[in-house]
Amino acid sequence: MLNPLFWVQAITLAFSQIWANKSRAFLTALGIIVGVASTTAVIAALTGLKAKVLTEFESVGASKFFVFPDRPENAPRNMYPWEKILLKPAEAKAIRDECTLVKAITPITEVGLDVESEGKRIEGITVSGIWSDWHVVQNRFVQDGRPFSQIDDESERQVCLINEDAIRELDLPANATGEAILIGGRRFMIAGVVETTQARFFGMNTSSAEVFIPFSVAVKMQDRNFFMRIEGLFTSPDVAEDAEEEVRFVLRRMRGLSPGDPQTFQVAAIDKFIAQFKTLAAGITAIAGGIVGISLLVGGIGIMNIMLVSVSERTREIGLRKAVGATPMAILLQFLLEAVTLCLVGGFIGIAFGRLAALGLTLIPGAQLEQADVPFWAVALSFVFSAMTGIVFGMFPAIKAARLDPIEALRHE
Amino acid sequence: MVDAHADWPLIQVIGLTKIYRVGVETIHALRGLDLSIGRNEMVAIMGSSGSGKSTLMNMLGCLDRPTGGSYLMNGRDVSKMDANELAQVRNEEIGFVFQSFELLPRQTALENVELPLIYARGGWRGRKQRALAALDRVGLLDRVEHRPNQLSGGQRQRVAIARAILNKPSILLADEPTGNLDSATTTEILALFRQLHLEGQTVIIVTHENEVAAHCQRVVRLRDGRVLSDLSIEQDIAGRHLPTTAASSSGAAPPC
Ligand SMILES: Nc1ncnc2c1ncn2[C@@H]1O[C@H](COP(=O)(O)OP(=O)(O)OP(=O)(O)O)[C@@H](O)[C@H]1O
Ligand SMILES: [Mg+2]
Repeated sequence: MLNPLFWVQAITLAFSQIWANKSRAFLTALGIIVGVASTTAVIAALTGLKAKVLTEFESVGASKFFVFPDRPENAPRNMYPWEKILLKPAEAKAIRDECTLVKAITPITEVGLDVESEGKRIEGITVSGIWSDWHVVQNRFVQDGRPFSQIDDESERQVCLINEDAIRELDLPANATGEAILIGGRRFMIAGVVETTQARFFGMNTSSAEVFIPFSVAVKMQDRNFFMRIEGLFTSPDVAEDAEEEVRFVLRRMRGLSPGDPQTFQVAAIDKFIAQFKTLAAGITAIAGGIVGISLLVGGIGIMNIMLVSVSERTREIGLRKAVGATPMAILLQFLLEAVTLCLVGGFIGIAFGRLAALGLTLIPGAQLEQADVPFWAVALSFVFSAMTGIVFGMFPAIKAARLDPIEALRHE
Repeated sequence: MVDAHADWPLIQVIGLTKIYRVGVETIHALRGLDLSIGRNEMVAIMGSSGSGKSTLMNMLGCLDRPTGGSYLMNGRDVSKMDANELAQVRNEEIGFVFQSFELLPRQTALENVELPLIYARGGWRGRKQRALAALDRVGLLDRVEHRPNQLSGGQRQRVAIARAILNKPSILLADEPTGNLDSATTTEILALFRQLHLEGQTVIIVTHENEVAAHCQRVVRLRDGRVLSDLSIEQDIAGRHLPTTAASSSGAAPPC
């Protein structure tokens, strides 16, 4: 019905109309620009945060769980003293032996000790006591020598694993396996060298020198009431709920808690954190979406206002176009196209500003938003929303223009 | 279409009425007007101010709808058409020239002339050639890229005429086309209308001036929304010396 020439001129006219009223068009589109820009920036920040958090979670492992002592909420301090709620080695053993949904488990206890090689002595290195499952749980194996075995722990062997930083700091030969070092005054044989690849968890960096000894040996070198935590893997992330319940059941029994008693420990699975975080991120994204909706509404009213002004300013032009054969539909489409163009230009500028803001976010040191980025769907959605705003709010002025009586329009002053 | 209804007059208006309502007042702009105009006529419509000339022209140009009566163009009843059909008739059959030119101020002469093609059904190919040909006919090939404010009044009206004849309309309507022009320019513009008429164009011009009417073959005089007299130019000139015209029954002829 409408020939290609119509579309070419309608689009050209839409742009030239904006160009002819640059400042007015800019002020009108400001609502849309600000709305789209701020939402784009928020989505970029969220995308960055999500990417960051999820990669960190994933590096830890989705089926991973932690057990740590925890004083019940609102409970008097004297009723639950630390020494009473601390985890015990026997509890770790019980979980290992009884929980069918636990694939691997290790207690971890840390003690600061002086470490000494033939040529060098370093004070206060963190020495961790672990089971052989630690390799599986933390996904860290040896690059040299042998890993820990269950026998090391059961026989309380005086063996240790160290990392490359420790080798360097202690001036040990590059192939340190088989060398002997003094840990807390006791003689240990280096059984192997652990991979340096570190699992970083929220910047908690266990870099520099690391020394590991069998858990049973570490217990002997600790105070009487020492702190230990338990880390483990469920057989799969899908059974996390049941597995958590299993662990809780065993621990409650070990601690002699009757059904009504409050829990004196926490079992935390990573997958739950992930799920919670995803819900949170989705919630924030929805709020950002709501903000864009409101700003587009405000922007849209501005668009409607300016289009009404445009229609009344150009009444004679509309009359003339009708006099030379423009159908109501042609007039309607022309004004609608103008409103949509205005909104799309606004949306485009908004996205540009949003991207700029996203770039700024990645450069903030310490903000952990290096991966902030505007995803394609956000760009597409911004354009769709902008266009829809143009259509919805441009419709009324466009209909008004289309309905004008040609002769009355031509008589308009 | 023209051939299919060659036996019909180009324009046949029967009992046309137009009533305006302004507040409580009713204004009878046309009170049962009859008029028939054939192909390739050049007609002047005259009459005192308020006699209904513009109202009639707007009806003939399908810009406005009559309150009553019928208007057959090539035998088709225009008063029964919907908005889209009217738009098409305005685009294809009508060329309208206004007293105040009605050019789009930001567009060049060429773009202004091209305007009807935007709304044409098909046939928009070679639009530039067609627009240039129309500008050539009104003698403005050297002003193609000028905007209206860079043109004289006479030149603006020529652009408007080029726009009106672009789609080769059946009827060229001009409502006081020289009303805003001086006498020298008026003569130029009228020569242009006559040239178009010689080439076969039907032309209807509303005017107050006898000099303008002198270029036409036929003069229709209106009074109070009715035809007062409808004479050939020779008869009309002769009748101007009489105190009253033969066709008049309601009073003195307008002192033109
Ligand atoms: N839109 C309108 N609303 C109300 N009355 C109108 C309207 N247009 C015209 N009229 C009235 O209709 C009558 C005829 O007007 P019209 O414009 O046709 O006169 P005209 O012959 O063209 O006059 P002129 O020579 O001054 O242009 C006048 O009385 C005028 O007041
Ligand atoms: Mg008039």
